[in-house]
Order: sequence, then C-alpha cells, then structure tokens
Amino acid sequence: MQVYLDHAATAPMRPESLAAMLPCLTEHFGNPSGSHAVARRARMAVDDARDDVARCLGCEPGELVFTSGGTESDNLAVLGAHGSGRGTVMCSAVEHHAVRNTCEALGATIVPVHRSGLVDLDALAGVLGPEVGLVSVMLVNNEVGTVQPLAEVAALVRELAPGALLHTDAVAAVGWLDVAALGAVADLVSVSAHKFGGPKGVGALVVRDRVRLAPVMYGGAQERGRRPGTHDVAGIVGMAAALRVATADREDAVGRVGRLRDRLVDGLTASIDGVQETAPHTGAEGARHRSAKVAYSCHLRVAGVDQEELLMLLDDQGVCASAGAACASGAVEASHVLLAMGFDADEARTAVRFALGYTTTGDDIDHVLDVMPKVVERLRA
Amino acid sequence: MRVLVAMSGGVDSSVAAAILAESGHDVVGATLKLWGGPSDSGCCSVADVDDARRVARQLGLDHHVFNFTDAFEASVITPYVSDHAAGRTPNPCIECNRSIKFGLLLQRALRLGFDALATGHHARVVVDGGAGGGVGTGARLRRGVDKKKDQSYVLSMLSGRELARVVLPVGELTKAEVRARATELELGTAAKPDSQDVCFIHSTRGRRGFLAERMPLHRAELVDASNGEVVGTVPAGELVTVGQRRGLGIALDGRRRYALTVDARARRITVGSLEQAVSARLAVETAAWVGPPLAKGDRALAQTSAHGAAAACRWEADAVVFDEPQPLVAPGQTVALYDAADPDAVTGAAMAASVSTLR
Repeated sequence: MQVYLDHAATAPMRPESLAAMLPCLTEHFGNPSGSHAVARRARMAVDDARDDVARCLGCEPGELVFTSGGTESDNLAVLGAHGSGRGTVMCSAVEHHAVRNTCEALGATIVPVHRSGLVDLDALAGVLGPEVGLVSVMLVNNEVGTVQPLAEVAALVRELAPGALLHTDAVAAVGWLDVAALGAVADLVSVSAHKFGGPKGVGALVVRDRVRLAPVMYGGAQERGRRPGTHDVAGIVGMAAALRVATADREDAVGRVGRLRDRLVDGLTASIDGVQETAPHTGAEGARHRSAKVAYSCHLRVAGVDQEELLMLLDDQGVCASAGAACASGAVEASHVLLAMGFDADEARTAVRFALGYTTTGDDIDHVLDVMPKVVERLRA
Repeated sequence: MRVLVAMSGGVDSSVAAAILAESGHDVVGATLKLWGGPSDSGCCSVADVDDARRVARQLGLDHHVFNFTDAFEASVITPYVSDHAAGRTPNPCIECNRSIKFGLLLQRALRLGFDALATGHHARVVVDGGAGGGVGTGARLRRGVDKKKDQSYVLSMLSGRELARVVLPVGELTKAEVRARATELELGTAAKPDSQDVCFIHSTRGRRGFLAERMPLHRAELVDASNGEVVGTVPAGELVTVGQRRGLGIALDGRRRYALTVDARARRITVGSLEQAVSARLAVETAAWVGPPLAKGDRALAQTSAHGAAAACRWEADAVVFDEPQPLVAPGQTVALYDAADPDAVTGAAMAASVSTLR
C-alpha cells in the first residue's frame, strides 16, 4: 500500500489539469506572442487561463504575472520591489527559502516568530519605519502549517511603513484558504501550480495595478515586460484548470481533509508516548490556535526518534512523509522554521510532517495509525 | 542478509556494493553528509553524493543520504581543533570511523533492521577463523590483501563486537582488481582517483586556513634541545607536528632540525637533530582491543601511520618499546598493534600520549 502524505512537497496532478494541458502540447502548439491563426489559438488559451486564475485569486487579469513557480514569484516580488528603489526589505524568520534567502541577500531584517510559529507582531512593529520598502510574510507556513495573521501584519505595515509593499507567499495556502479574500491586503501574492494539483514549473505573482516592479529578467514584452520569455502555454492552462477545481472544492476539502487530519493527530498523540504537535491545533493548547493552522497539516515531534530513520522505516511501510528541507545532496537539514520557533537542533531532528491532500482517504490514515506505533517502537528499542 | 553499504562515491565502496548485491544480499546504499562547509576533497561533496547515487541506480539499489553534520562537528571537528590547540596532532579520519561510520551509522543500520554495515575499506574481517567477513561475534580484523592499500590502521580501534557487524568486501581484492571490477560493471566511478586528504580541509586554504578560522594561532619559539637556546620562531606553533622537519625554517650549522616536542601552552617547540628525533619508547594512552588485550611484556608489531611499516616492539601498557629506535610519533596519532606471530592480524590500537616535559 502506498500512502502519499507529502502534498506540501507536491500534489499529484489533478486529471482535469492534465486533460487541459494535452492539447497545448500537441495540436495547439503555437507561440502566443505571434499573430497568425496558430499563435492566436495559443493566445486564447493563455487569455482564458489568465481570466480563470485572476478570478480564483481575486485580482484583475492584468495584475497576474505568470512565472516558473513559487521560487520565481517570490524572487520577482522581493528583487522587483527592491530594484524599484523602494528601500529596505524584511521578512519573517519562517519564510520559505525562496523568500528568506532572497531577502537575506539584500541584507534584510528578519522578524522573529512565537513558539506557535506566528509572526511576532510586536517585534514587527518595532522594526517597521518609513525606510522600509517591502515586508514579506507568508500566508501559510509550508512546514508546520500555521496561518499567519496577514490582516494584522498589513495594518501595521500601512500605519508604520506607509511606503512599503506587502508581499505574501501564498504557495501553501491555495486550495485551503480563501486566498482571494485573505490576500486582498497584500500588494504581491505568490502561488505555485504543483502544490494544488497543477504541473511543476509554473506559478504566478499577483502584482496589484498600482505597484511598479523592476524586472528581474530582460527580454521580450511578455507579461507586460515584467516577466519576459515565451509563455509555458500548457503549464499555464494546466495551472488554471487545477486552480478552478481546487477553488470549487475548497470548502468540502477543508472539512473532509481537516477531519482526517484531526483523526491522524489525535490517533498518533494517543497511541504513541512522546508525540506532540509542533504547532498545536487540538487539545487545550490547540483551542487557542485552532484557526491558526491549515487543514491538511499534521506536523509532529516524536521524542527520541531521528527523523531520517523514521522516514526510512515509514517509506518501507509505503508511507511517504517528509521532514524539513533537503539540501543539495539530498540530506535532511535541521529546519530553519523549527529553529526560529525556538526548538533546538536536537528537537528539530525529531520532526515529521504528514501533509494530507485532495487524494487522501480514511484508509490512508488508518494505515499510518497502524504502522507508525510499530515503527516508533522499533526505533526506540 | 540485509546490508547497509556506506557509499562515499568512490570506486572501493561502489565495488563493495556491487559484490554484495551480486552475492544475493538485500543491499541498500547510504552516503553520509558529514561536512557542510566549503571543501573540494573527501567524501561529502554533492558531486560525490551524485556519483554514489548513480552507482546505486546502476546496481538497482535504493540509496539514501544521511545527514550527520552535527555529529561530525561535535565528534570530529571540535576535537580536531582542540587537539591542535593543545599541541597534539589528531587523526580525524580515525575519529570519524570510530564515532560516526562504525559508531552512529552502525547503530542506525542495526536500528533500521540491517544485519550488517559494509564499507569499501581495504581490510578483512574474519569470523571464527574463516575469511570474508560476516555476521557473528568475536570477529577479528586483518590487513587487506593489497598491502599497499591496506587500511587496517584506520580501523584498528574497532572492537570484535563491532567488527562482527561489519563487512569489508574489497579487502579480498587488490586495488587493480577493484578497478577492473568497476570497469567491467561500467560503473561511473571506475577511474575516479583515490581520495587523499582530510574531507573537510580545502586543498588551497589547507589545514592552516581551516584552523585559523576556529582558533587563535600563536607564534612559538624554537628551542634547541641540546642547549636551551632560542634559535628561531614559527608563526603558528599549533600547526607544528612532532617529528616534522619542513617549515621550521632553520638549519643550524647546516644540519637539519626536527620538532621534538610541541608545548602549545608555553608556545615553545624544542628542536633537535635527526639522531634526537628517534626513540625506542613511545608513551601511549587509551588502548582499545579487538579481542583479548595484550599483557604487559607481550611482543607485538606497532604501526604509527596509515601507510608506514609496522615495527617490532614490546607492549608495556603505558608505552610500546621498540626493538630499534623509531622516528618520534606526534601525540594524538594512532598506534595500531598487530600480532607478532601473525603480522596481518590487528590486536588493537592505542594513542600516542602527550609528553609534557621538556628535556
């Protein structure tokens, strides 16, 4: 039995997405920047996709820039804002490397987070000022699943750093939160197709009409010069198809997957000693944070167990889970997110992430609940 | 048998994996990420991990990368630096074998349900008098078949209990045979050069560059052992190794001088002639035994460097006493002990002790 619980790394492609892409890879192969009939057919596909994506993300079609994925969207947001001469940049300590490493390369201020993973608003207020040009705070943390208080962040930014742009990396939120509504307070919003059942290698950055970004790449006039290069027509069309389904299914998915997640968390914490939620969402502690965690995320620490060993034995049992980020060699690195939340390196090495998704079933959860206690017992022996 | 093979991305461990897979064992490959810093040699660069992964794929084996960087820092790098600060000359590869590869990795392999850990070392594990190595108790370590490539020295501190869980498939082959097997199997690592250097030391910045970032280096005076006169200085006394000749920058009366003692705290190095740089008695500490320990007065053979010759000696518990005077051995260096009656058999290992007194 193969149980795939690593949707936060990448989700299986939705059949609707693949079906929408195939014609673009075969008969409708045109370059949408051309003028003849074949090109116009491709152009129409991109235009339709743009309308759909814009509607799902709550922006105008002209506010969308198609990119090669979340990392490029984040880079374009941060480097583009900085390059337009806006001032200093800052981001939270738990941002994805695509944001954090880009900000650090520009000498950014890193804003700390609480033990819950939520950004420390007092600390943020303390470092905001008129010299700040960009603030980047993600909507959902990709590792531990905490939902950041973006509206409160936006209010602070508007009050204390009125010249600053607010960027939010919504890559881990699409399909699970109302990104159109929650992201409305941001000037720049990053998304990535393969996290919600589209293909890898395509994403988008919402750039509000009022915002001027410096280009990061130079070339043709595609995407109004903000992102040159021939459109990945199939990718863009596949992203739009996946996003339409993910958006339509969102409320059902949150309810169904949220219940499965709760069963997984409750089951594992009850059946195995020394298992704790990293960012609690159940129990007394969790009651205060319940709204602050995304429905698909189960992130645990298993005392006395090394994550590399746990993942290997789970893999042997057909369970695909994850821990932290991988370095260039493929080794698991101590999570910068957990370190920022105040866990030490030894605690960080006991973390495991089960990221559920639209394909997850009750049988999947039963299988994990069955094998996990045995695996942990063996590793602790 | 389920075997975890430590694959460095070199030719020896590639062939070790191939031999085990061919023998029908259930084999999984693992490459250790030990070092996160900049280095262009050794066993943990991304290119080497890629090489190991490709070989595993060619052989049809699962391959994993294990991150032991924190343990490596604590068990190998930290003592490497503090030993230098104390005027000793550590052997980090031996410490890595002891604490990481045949320590943490072996323990991990057993926890994960493997019966044994295999590596590409040129040495042989012998169980119950039989050759080849395998799983049992009370295993013994012998020199590899290829005497020029023999690596029993760097494994000499492993106990019989640990060795019983260790398989060393290439110890039965010469290096030429290993390369021939790799070529025959069309492994990408067949012609890869042997690794020579300490994996975390960058070839251009060297030991000095590495240590200078982690500890203060101090000018030290060179004192002639015969008369106590200061005859010069070196910019970093911590980098001087007992027995070293080069880099001392002095040639009193035209004769070469050797470092006889390094007193890092006093920032003083005594130097002397070649005749003074030998000794029959070598003080040792922290002995470890493969099987039954030597008794005081027992005959043995002692090897004091990775590829040096073993010299006949007497075990005196706190020292080995050579039959003939031998070049001085730097404190911190491993002294591998072999059976006087069976020179391929490792009996144990000790560490050259610090000699604190100046004569």
